[in-house]
Amino acid sequence: MNIELLASFSFNIISDLKEMFLYQFMRNAFEAGTIIAIVAGLVGYFVVLRRLSFAGHALSHIGFAGAAGAALLNFNPLAGLISFTISGGFFMALLGKKAVSRDVQIGIVLAFMLGLGVLFINLYKGYATEAYSLLFGQILGISFASVKITFWVSLFIIVLLAIYFRQLLFTTLDEEVAEAKGVSLLKLNLIMMFLIAIAVSIAVQIVGVLLIFSLLITPPAIAQRLTNSPVKGMFLASIIGLLATWLGLFIGYYSPYPVSFFITSIVFVLYLLVRIYQKYF
Amino acid sequence: MNQDIVISAKKLISGYKDKIVWEDASFEVKSGEFIVLLGPNGAGKTTLFKLILGLIKPLGGEIEVFGKVPSKGNSLISYFPQKRLIDNDFRLNCIEYVKLVLSGDKLGFSFGKKAKEEEKAAIKALKMVDGLKFANKPLSQLSGGEQQKIFLAQALVQDPKILLLDEPLANLDLKREVELIELIKSVSKKNNITVILIAHDINPLLPVIDRIIYIANKQVASGLPSEIITSKKLTELYGSNVEVLKSKSGRLAVLGMEGGVNHEH
Repeated sequence: MNIELLASFSFNIISDLKEMFLYQFMRNAFEAGTIIAIVAGLVGYFVVLRRLSFAGHALSHIGFAGAAGAALLNFNPLAGLISFTISGGFFMALLGKKAVSRDVQIGIVLAFMLGLGVLFINLYKGYATEAYSLLFGQILGISFASVKITFWVSLFIIVLLAIYFRQLLFTTLDEEVAEAKGVSLLKLNLIMMFLIAIAVSIAVQIVGVLLIFSLLITPPAIAQRLTNSPVKGMFLASIIGLLATWLGLFIGYYSPYPVSFFITSIVFVLYLLVRIYQKYF
Repeated sequence: MNQDIVISAKKLISGYKDKIVWEDASFEVKSGEFIVLLGPNGAGKTTLFKLILGLIKPLGGEIEVFGKVPSKGNSLISYFPQKRLIDNDFRLNCIEYVKLVLSGDKLGFSFGKKAKEEEKAAIKALKMVDGLKFANKPLSQLSGGEQQKIFLAQALVQDPKILLLDEPLANLDLKREVELIELIKSVSKKNNITVILIAHDINPLLPVIDRIIYIANKQVASGLPSEIITSKKLTELYGSNVEVLKSKSGRLAVLGMEGGVNHEH
């Protein structure tokens, strides 16, 4: 996102923030970023725990094809994104846990979907920025209407996650015992994929399809190294994602480079620091 | 010892769709018995566990657990699965792991009194296996033998009356094997828990078992150790040469059983 006249950093944080929040697009960006970072951290915790990273990545690509297809047919891209990721997620859940860990097959579908997305974008002949923002995120271009949708969808995810938290944890850590206790593995797989699909769909708005891991995987991966408690881990993942998003937006406001680059870099550096610290100290 | 019948099978047939795994199984298990379940790989030992747990339905015949058709989620039966994947990167404290059996099937979160009860039950179960010292250590950082103890605590936390143990002795050295068997025996005796344990190496179990159920050639039968642990019977059961030796002190040793390391007692 290029801002023609770059704002200048004054070292007076309060007045800088005040100035920044004069702009509606910056307020939208902070609001959406805050909500999405929290949700991505919470859901991402289970993505990492269940080793679903690659499936999550594939879902974002499937969503890309959906969003591009929707744009082509003059539908809302977000609707296309969500419907494709949810269908893709349910399909994976129905195929069972083994299907989710089939890297090669997932990779093949992923590539095909990305190809399909490229075709749709090409046929669309609309703005190239549409494709660009889907792939790499467009946090500064989020409308207030999108912020509202994001808020309600996120609230729904959090409630669902709170209801099924223990069953998700149980089926993740001890599948066979959970099944013997009468917990339906299929149901929980469907819920999990549904949660990932929605979280991916809203996170794409910020970091895009290709950088989805920066919010969904890296913060939970850092959190899991720092605490033994799942609840603490989920909150920590959210906080890490949140700080990275805020800091990324703040730096992005004063620089000509994309916000998603800053967010991905911040979480990556944090991950490296934690690993180095744990190895040598 | 209370000798009520806890599991009874009549002409039970097990299998998947058109494929029969074993058939015509009729046996009874009495309360407090320590039973070892023998049979070659793929004979359908775990399938029997799944029938008892109510996870699968029999193809024919009847099975009753506590006088009822088994149904999923019966907290009187605890299941100790064969293989568990413990993610080395993931650090969940042992006490949380044990608690999962009490609360993992519930919705929402536990608060107040309920949370305290769960905590208390988990501490009690950890004490039973002498594992309280691991309560606040991550499961993935324990040794294999220590992990088996935590899994046992997890199986005990819901105060079961039947314990189904699927190869709990796999990957343990002889010393740990004997320790775990003694632990299972003493806990089950104290709490009048019926134990059915799947094992490949019968040797370390010989001193503690009451009865043997075995599955071979699609048949299920049971008998006393003195009837089953003979060269002739075991050779028949496993379809390969198995020898039973008796030491001067009267202890038995089984040689040549599948997967079993031969131990002298």
